[in-house]
This record gives sequence, structure tokens and C-alpha cells, in this order.
Amino acid sequence: MKVLVWIAEATWPSCVDTVSELFPDADVRLLATVPTDVVAQTAGARIGLWGRGTSGNPASSVTELAQTAARDRLAAAEARLGRPAEQEVRSGRPERDVTAAAAEVDVLVLARDGDLSRLGPRSLDKHTRFVVDHAPCRVVLVWPGVAPGLASIPPPPD
Amino acid sequence: MIGAEVVAAVLLVAVLGFAVIRPGKLPEAVAAVPAALVVLFTGGISPDRALAESMTLLPVVGFLAAVLVLSELCARDGLFEWAGQLMARRSAGQPQRLLLLVFAVAAITTAVLSLDATVVLLTPVVFATAGRVGVRPRPHVYACTHLANAGSLLLPVSNLTNLLAMTALGLGFAQSGLVMSLPWLVVLVVEYFAFRWYFAADLRLGAGAPASAAPTVPLPVFSATVVGLTLVGFVMASFWHVEVAWVAAAGAAVLAVRALQRRQVRPLELLKGLNLPFLAFVLALGIVVRAVVDNGLAELMGHIVPSGTSLWALLAWAGIAAILANLVNNLPAVLILLPLAVGSGVGPALAVLIGVNVGPNLTYVGSLATLLWRRIVHDHDHEAPLAEFTWLGLLTTPLAIVAAVVALWGSLQLFGGVL
Repeated sequence: MKVLVWIAEATWPSCVDTVSELFPDADVRLLATVPTDVVAQTAGARIGLWGRGTSGNPASSVTELAQTAARDRLAAAEARLGRPAEQEVRSGRPERDVTAAAAEVDVLVLARDGDLSRLGPRSLDKHTRFVVDHAPCRVVLVWPGVAPGLASIPPPPD
Repeated sequence: MIGAEVVAAVLLVAVLGFAVIRPGKLPEAVAAVPAALVVLFTGGISPDRALAESMTLLPVVGFLAAVLVLSELCARDGLFEWAGQLMARRSAGQPQRLLLLVFAVAAITTAVLSLDATVVLLTPVVFATAGRVGVRPRPHVYACTHLANAGSLLLPVSNLTNLLAMTALGLGFAQSGLVMSLPWLVVLVVEYFAFRWYFAADLRLGAGAPASAAPTVPLPVFSATVVGLTLVGFVMASFWHVEVAWVAAAGAAVLAVRALQRRQVRPLELLKGLNLPFLAFVLALGIVVRAVVDNGLAELMGHIVPSGTSLWALLAWAGIAAILANLVNNLPAVLILLPLAVGSGVGPALAVLIGVNVGPNLTYVGSLATLLWRRIVHDHDHEAPLAEFTWLGLLTTPLAIVAAVVALWGSLQLFGGVL
């Protein structure tokens, strides 16, 4: 069985732990994404400077830093998993990257990353919502930390 | 026979267009310098007037060159790394706390070392810090780019536009800092709460990953002291009527000598840091803009700009300045509006500053034209999420401008006597 794990900032340890627990024998592929919007924002701010500070381009440093951070995250995830896993970094729109990668596996593991204080649709951020809605495989959706209790659901309408 | 006014206007459009598109990545000066010469030889501006304009701009651009070198050498000495480490430690893995720290550090960096330092030097450090803390980088990086503009209201040295205005108004460092502190704080507060709301989802996630055990960077005491003394020098310079450019140059020189001794920098890199093509660009742009203003634009704008110094007049000045900054970038906008605003008094000129400094956040590069042209012409390598930038800009910018102008009005009532 092939399992893909989305190694996103802040939530990835819960996903890795879930894989260890549920899929101890599966082939694991770890995917980190580098969103290009942050790089575009940095590049845009520099364009506004009209050629000042030509020596350093913050957009290229941010791109390098993002790639390094993604690789570091993947290495940390593999170490936490405790067994060899395939590692991949994709740059672009994270929701599209993860959905495309999910087409090549049997199970996708990802975490809720919205409002984690209560049960409900808002516990999924918009990119995660897109992946859950469009994933072409089975999906395991993880609560990072402890899931809120049933009492966090609003009462039914009268 | 084509009139001088038409020639000047066409040349200004051409200079701005070239600066935006930069065919073959040529420096902006390649178009601006010949344009200034054509304006001069076709009688669009007299040699005396052109010289006077250049003499006004020279210390301003000299200051920028010096402060760019100063901040670059601080970066090489590890000052920004140290700030990043401080933010990582103090945030304790909490993204909301990190955002507050990023706001504080970016606002101070912009105020003291100018917005260029925040965009070029601080932004990558903040990105790395977010990674170290294990939180999403978007809100923090966007905060840097927003605060580079919006946080540049405080001191004359925070933005090229401020230096131009303070020089024209004859305002000292301490006086302008006193009057602009309230608008500056108000803008920071508006931006901070708008960011908290807009990035609520991103800011909820944190502390998932333990901070990596990165080696500790000590505070570069020498650089920090030089920056502190330079700041004191800026204040003293205004009392002694010395150009702040000399103070910035002295600070940069001290750091440069030390960096050369320690082989942190090569002499050629220092020379490159002075950015002579940019200096030529600004001087030439100033001459072309002056010609356009003198040949009819001043009269035309005279019908649009408000009269008086009421709160409504200040709001109108800031609004016009913001729109112009988004159409033609803030540097030409301030060159066009400043002569008119200064004639109306200190209030209108400072309202123009609010418009041209905060206004650029409406579109993500401070100019709608820039954004569109660059996207169309050649900059396809980054897919800019236009809608997102625009929403954030629409949310924060008009509100921040109005709040800042109201604060300016209040500040003038309180401190107007010292001006």
C-alpha cells in the first residue's frame, strides 16, 4: 500500500504519528509544498523599490529558504517516522500539488488546519478543504493534538 | 511644432514605462538620463531650474545610498539574524505572538534604516524565523512588505519621500518625528488588527514543530551601537542644520572600514552598494517631472487639489496622493504633488506623505500600472495571486489612510506649535 503524507508546517507531526499507528507496513511518501505566493509578494515589494538595493534579491533568498525549510521538514518527518520514506518537495499552489500527488497513491494523510477549537467545517483551511474535496484516493484526516469534544458543536436548530 | 509641455509629458510616460518594463534588465537611468537631456535641450526646463532641482534631490539620494550600505553591512554583521533569533525565542511557538514581534521589528527597521532594509534584508530573515518557529510564513512575510510602506511614516529617514518632504518643508528630525508619531502608531494598529482578522486561519496554527536547535547568534554590538549613534546623529544634525546624508555616510563609513578590515566585504561590493545608476535615475526623473509640473501639470492639478488645512482637505490630499502613487509609483507622485502641497502648508504636505507611503499597499507593488505591465510584458516566472493581494490591500489601505490622516490632524492640533 502506498501512503502519501502532506508534511505541512505545524501540523505534520500528528500526520506522521498517525501513519506509524495505522499503516506500519505501508510504502510512505512524504510531500512538502512551497507556496509561490510568498515569493511573489516578496518579489513585488522589491519591484516597488525601483532598482534600489540591487545587490540582494529577497525573492531568491526566500525561494532558497523555502526549499531548505521544506527539505528540513521532510528530514525531520522521516526521522520521526523511524523508517525510510520517499521525500518530495513541490512548488506552486499547495492544494493543486497535493491533489495531483494523491492520484499516484492509495491513501492520503493530512491534518485539519483551520479553527481547531471546535468540531466543524471551519476546522479545514481553504487549501485543505480543496484537497479533501478533490483527492482521487482514500483520505485520512487527522486532528493535530486532541480533538475538541462533541459539546463544541452548536445545538441543532429548533 | 510640438510644445515643450507635450514633449515633457511624453518623455515622463516613456521614462516610467521603461522603469517598469526594464527591457533587457537595463538600469532605469538608461531612459531617464537621455529624457532629462532632451527636456533640457528642447526648452522644457531651464538649466538653472534643472540644477536647482538636482541640488534638492542630491542629498536625498546620497542619504539613500549611504543608508543602503549601512543596512547591508549591519546584515553582514548578523544584526538581522540576531533579530530573527530574538523573535523566534520570544514568540514561544505562538504565531500570533510572532506576528506582533514581526510588526515591532519591521516597524523599527523601516523607521530607522528605511523601507529598503525591511524589504530586502528583513523579509528573508522573517521567512526563516517563521520556519524555525514552525508556523506558516504568509502572514509574517506579508506583514514585512506591508510595513515597509505603511511603517515608513515616522522619521524623515524612513522613506525617500519623507526626506523630500521634510527638506521642502524645512522640518527637523525631532519635529517631524513628533508630529508623525501618532499617525505612524495608528497605521500600525490598523494594519495589525486587519492582519489578525485576514490571516486568522494561518495564525491559529502553531507550535506543532519544535524549534530547531540553531546555533545562537550573539548581538553584533558594534553594528548595533553604530546604528544607535547614527540615529542620535540624525537628531543632532537637524539642530546643527547638517544634511542627514552626512550622518548616514559617517555611520556607513565606520562600518565599512571595519567590514573591510575583517574582510566581510570587498571594496567593489561597497561601490556597487552605492548604486550610482539609481542616483542618476532619480536626478533625471526629478528633472523630467519638474518640467512636466512647470509646463501645465501644476495648473491642472491646481484645479483638483483642495484648499485650506481642514481635516477634509487633508483627507483629500492623502486620497489624491494615494491614487497617484498607485498609478505612477510613489516617487514620481511625491515629486508631482509636493510643490503644490508645500504651498498650502505643513498639514497638506504631511497628508501627501501619508497617501504616498501607505497608499502603495493598495496594489502589491505600489503601482497598478507596474503590476499590470510587468505581468503582461515579461514577468511570468512568479504566479502572483492578484486577488489575494488586492483584498488585503483594500482591507487595510483605505482604513489606514483615513485613520492616519485623522491622527495627523489631531497631532497638528497638539504639536502644531513646534513646527
